[in-house]
Amino acid sequence: MEYQPPPFFNRGPAPLVRLTFFVSLAILLMVLDARFRYAENVRQVVALAAYPMQRVAMAPVDLFHGVVNYFSTTTALREENNALRTRQLRAAQGLLQLQALQQENNQLRRVLEAQERLPRKSVFAEILYAARDPFSRKVIIDKGSQNGIQPGQPVIDDVGVIGQVTRVYLLMSEVTLLSDKGQAIPLQVLRNGLRAIAYGAEGGMLDLRFMPANADINNGDVLVTSGIDGTYPPGLPVATVARIERDAAYAFANITLVPTAGTDRYRQVLVLSSEAKTPPAEPEQPVRKQPRTKRPRKAG
Amino acid sequence: MELQAHPQRILLPAKGSFIALTLALGLLFNLLPWGGIAGVPDLTATVLAFWCIHQPRRVGIGIAWTLGLLLDVGNGSLLGQHAFGYSILAFLAFAVHRRILWFPPWQQALHLLLLLLSTQLLTLVIRIAAGGDFPGWAYFAGSFICAALWPTLSFLLLLPQRQAETVDENRVI
Repeated sequence: MEYQPPPFFNRGPAPLVRLTFFVSLAILLMVLDARFRYAENVRQVVALAAYPMQRVAMAPVDLFHGVVNYFSTTTALREENNALRTRQLRAAQGLLQLQALQQENNQLRRVLEAQERLPRKSVFAEILYAARDPFSRKVIIDKGSQNGIQPGQPVIDDVGVIGQVTRVYLLMSEVTLLSDKGQAIPLQVLRNGLRAIAYGAEGGMLDLRFMPANADINNGDVLVTSGIDGTYPPGLPVATVARIERDAAYAFANITLVPTAGTDRYRQVLVLSSEAKTPPAEPEQPVRKQPRTKRPRKAG
Repeated sequence: MELQAHPQRILLPAKGSFIALTLALGLLFNLLPWGGIAGVPDLTATVLAFWCIHQPRRVGIGIAWTLGLLLDVGNGSLLGQHAFGYSILAFLAFAVHRRILWFPPWQQALHLLLLLLSTQLLTLVIRIAAGGDFPGWAYFAGSFICAALWPTLSFLLLLPQRQAETVDENRVI
């Protein structure tokens, strides 16, 4: 008969076996998550378990904000109110003109049979916290699929674009900031309409890649979204040019941008709905029979 | 002589509820909105290493893996990244758990520093292989802070086990 240790000494599989099992499980999850995005269901389930802890962890911050709000004096509030009122009055003039211009623009576009620009629906959200992952730049907002948030929607604050919703939970969503390494946004120089693509760079900056060294771009130029990706609506301010290095040895200029919007100021953001209008389907043409020729051989 | 400098006590058995509570508190600390501050100490890892060293039969690689998964989701990082790191940390802590307790607290802290640093290094390698960005050297500062906290932390975490079950008037602590 095979020797069996008494149950008192039985400690289950050896530590190395357990380590191998759990490490391979973790690596499997990482590969599934990074390469194939199959792990979203697992994430959703774990997210439900982690949600109460996250809310509890948020409590001290909420308390801090509450206390600060409570002790902000009436004078400070009155001052802020006055400042806001002045700003609104100043903005009102622009807004009135904007409405007229929008009407005119739509009218012109209709005349030209171009697509009208429709205002997008938006959802108001608050930033809960910045994700504590040193390898990426994300913030968590307090609206999720319950509020109709979908992955891919652009997120803006009062001065410009801050990023894009990349993952949606039931009650929260993750927004990847523009300065994340894996995030790209198509832009347009406001001054001359030059199109380019910006990528996230180190230190919260953006990197304008693949611009020829002689491109017409200067320090201080404002870049807005070009809207050709169908995700970001056109014309939202994104960044200003901070530094240009033109080196004759390289074909492309090295251009660094500073994002206009920052997540370090306010916690309130707007999630725009991404009503990406696909171009209308082409009317079906009667299929013309191709003259039969030799079939091209498949390229091996 | 060693025993006099570092007296050994007969401890009460650790309560499962206390272990769970401290691990949960560590998780809460990690999930606090730290923003972009680099080098925030990973308190969950430290508490986990403590229990893996002191209660290796009750807290092991499985619990470490689960905690890591929770943190992955809470932090929005690559799924499995913390689970991977914590599994290795738990294994390393298990590997040294018989030896480490013979050292005085600050030498234990040095041991722990090595464990935490190697865990962080492995996680970094995995993450960079998956296309992450190098987060800067401040990333490793958290391990040093954790190691510095170790003597205090292990004193606090052992406190409930030092309480006598029946109150003895003549007992020192």
